[in-house]
Amino acid sequence: MIAFFSWVHQALTWGTVLKMVAGALIVLFFLLGAVTYMLYFERKVIGWMQLRIGPNRVGPLGLFQSFADILKLLAKEDIVPAEADKPLFLIAPIVAFIPSFAVMAVIPWTASHVFTADIAVALLYYLALSSITIVGIMLGGWASNNKYSLIGGMRSAAQMISYEIPLGMSLLGVILLAGSLNIVDIVEAQRRFMWFVVPQFLGFCVFIVAATAELNRTPFDLPEAESELVAGYHTEYSGFRFAFYMLAEYLYVFAISCLGATLFFGGWSGPLLPGWLWFAIKVTAFIFFFFWLRATMPRIRVDQLMSFSWKFLLPLALVNIVLTSIIKYWVNAG
Amino acid sequence: MADIRTEEMLMNVGPQHPSTHGVLRVVVKLDGETIIDADPVIGYLHRGTEKLAEDLQYNQIIPYTDRMDYLAAMLNNYALVHAVEEAMDLEIPERAEYLRVIVMELNRIASHLLFIGTYLLDLGAMSPFLYVFQDRERIVQMFNEICGARLTYNYMRIGGVKWDAPPGWIDKVKAFVPHVRKTMGMLDDLVTGNEIFLNRVKGIGAYDADTAIAHSLSGINLRCTGLKWDLRRNRPYSIYDRFDFDIPVGENGDCYDRYILHLKEMEQSLRIVEQACDQIPDGPVMGKAPKFVRPPAGEYFSAIEGARGELGVYFVSDGKDKPYRLKFRRPSFLNLQLLPSLLKGQNMANLIAILGAVDIVLGEVDC
Repeated sequence: MIAFFSWVHQALTWGTVLKMVAGALIVLFFLLGAVTYMLYFERKVIGWMQLRIGPNRVGPLGLFQSFADILKLLAKEDIVPAEADKPLFLIAPIVAFIPSFAVMAVIPWTASHVFTADIAVALLYYLALSSITIVGIMLGGWASNNKYSLIGGMRSAAQMISYEIPLGMSLLGVILLAGSLNIVDIVEAQRRFMWFVVPQFLGFCVFIVAATAELNRTPFDLPEAESELVAGYHTEYSGFRFAFYMLAEYLYVFAISCLGATLFFGGWSGPLLPGWLWFAIKVTAFIFFFFWLRATMPRIRVDQLMSFSWKFLLPLALVNIVLTSIIKYWVNAG
Repeated sequence: MADIRTEEMLMNVGPQHPSTHGVLRVVVKLDGETIIDADPVIGYLHRGTEKLAEDLQYNQIIPYTDRMDYLAAMLNNYALVHAVEEAMDLEIPERAEYLRVIVMELNRIASHLLFIGTYLLDLGAMSPFLYVFQDRERIVQMFNEICGARLTYNYMRIGGVKWDAPPGWIDKVKAFVPHVRKTMGMLDDLVTGNEIFLNRVKGIGAYDADTAIAHSLSGINLRCTGLKWDLRRNRPYSIYDRFDFDIPVGENGDCYDRYILHLKEMEQSLRIVEQACDQIPDGPVMGKAPKFVRPPAGEYFSAIEGARGELGVYFVSDGKDKPYRLKFRRPSFLNLQLLPSLLKGQNMANLIAILGAVDIVLGEVDC
């Protein structure tokens, strides 16, 4: 069974290609559905927190609201500003959007990778691909030929690069404990030992802060600080190109939530309930946390953001790595 | 090494920008994200109220004042009728004065609530905006009951007020007071101690009392420097000398002080409302004012403590039923004067924090 679904070790024949395409499509549509309802979930949750009702017009309980929004975006004119750098402007959302789907290829929903890839360097793959999105955002900000977009794009780039480092560092502790970059191995290690959120609490704190910043979400939503920069890097984007940026953003929320659930909370492992349900519960809890933050926090200032990352978060992550190494060495020796 | 030349960037913030609170336009010159020059451009909402007033009878001007500081229209109403009443030495019935004070203080609370909501929205916190709107909505509903309008009240007349409070209205106001206190407590819990918020407002946009006076700032923009100057106390008008309330002042003159003073002033306004609701007598609400108001020829000036500062009315009468010249001293307009010098050298993100804390209403700036 495992061998049947293990994509990477099979010869490339028409049969396997077909299987891969089918698997990719299933994941794609699943993700699109997940993002659609994440949007709905966010609006409802924040609505309730803010004494509002949230979407309730389209379909029962407003369940089709997101579809209506997506359709609206599809039907809109694709405007390219006259002075924009046209090829870059057109390609930027795609550059931002493709990696966000690609990173989902290594997230295991259950114990076996049914539709996704079980590769040995899964975490590296995730980090490497997710940083490509920054290029898309920067390009979008640059190509729009709009000052707000430019500042938004530059801010994004600065912010995402600075927070990617503590994010990666915070994962090192987990990798040290599990002794592997493979996500399945990491989950298995947690099943034998305990959820890594306990021994890696410091790492988890760094992870969640850096992840929030990496996702450009409140309180780190400077790149699209609407009160300063109108809409940041996607000010000039409309229609489906704008939807691409939004899609990429929400997919990353989903992906980071998956990553957090797998690396720190034991992924699909848990008693009684089936693995996929445990996974879904943990991911939803993460997503809820991000939405909760948005309803609670004001926005941090751009210079404070940078110093926070370099002067506080990064040293903290380094301390975590050193501590983890020492303790692991000590445990192994003793 | 070749010389690296960086260019300044000219950026236009407004008039259609999410956080210029209306149609203010600020042309900023940026070096990176540092502001090296800022130039506010006003006038997008100019309606010529003062000129229009010259062709209107005094009572007809009142609805025009509603449109100035549309967040505190009751106070604008009062500024005008008070100036005319003073010029004519009119006797105002007790009940009318109490009703005026109640609606004015309620309006001050509504205005301050809105300031807190929008200010935090500017700083990226979304929820408080909706929380304060819930309370403001109740105030607006009460105004709707007493004068039939939610925003442009046109409630006061020279010689009194247009409508008496409907039955049970005073009790409703009384019951509302603890509700605002609860909201203020919640805002305190949610925002005031928040580290991110404090980092954004503490020490930002600070100035001292001398600068404030030199730029003729008034209201909270003046009191945040520590100067205790509130016309309700320093030059009592109406019946404010009968109430027991404090004048909260700041210490550092920064954005944080301006924010916290709004909260503190709301508490004092609540105290005034409570006392006024307890003391309010029965009786008529309209005094003996002539149908055609003709102040004796001469120049008159009177000022009240508006929601944003000293709201003054200067008019010249030539003995007719229309003013020869009418001039409003609009606190928002004067408070805006300090903005360019405050912004110089600041980060772009501070622009929003500083501009928001000045608490301008463009209807009043442009008049």
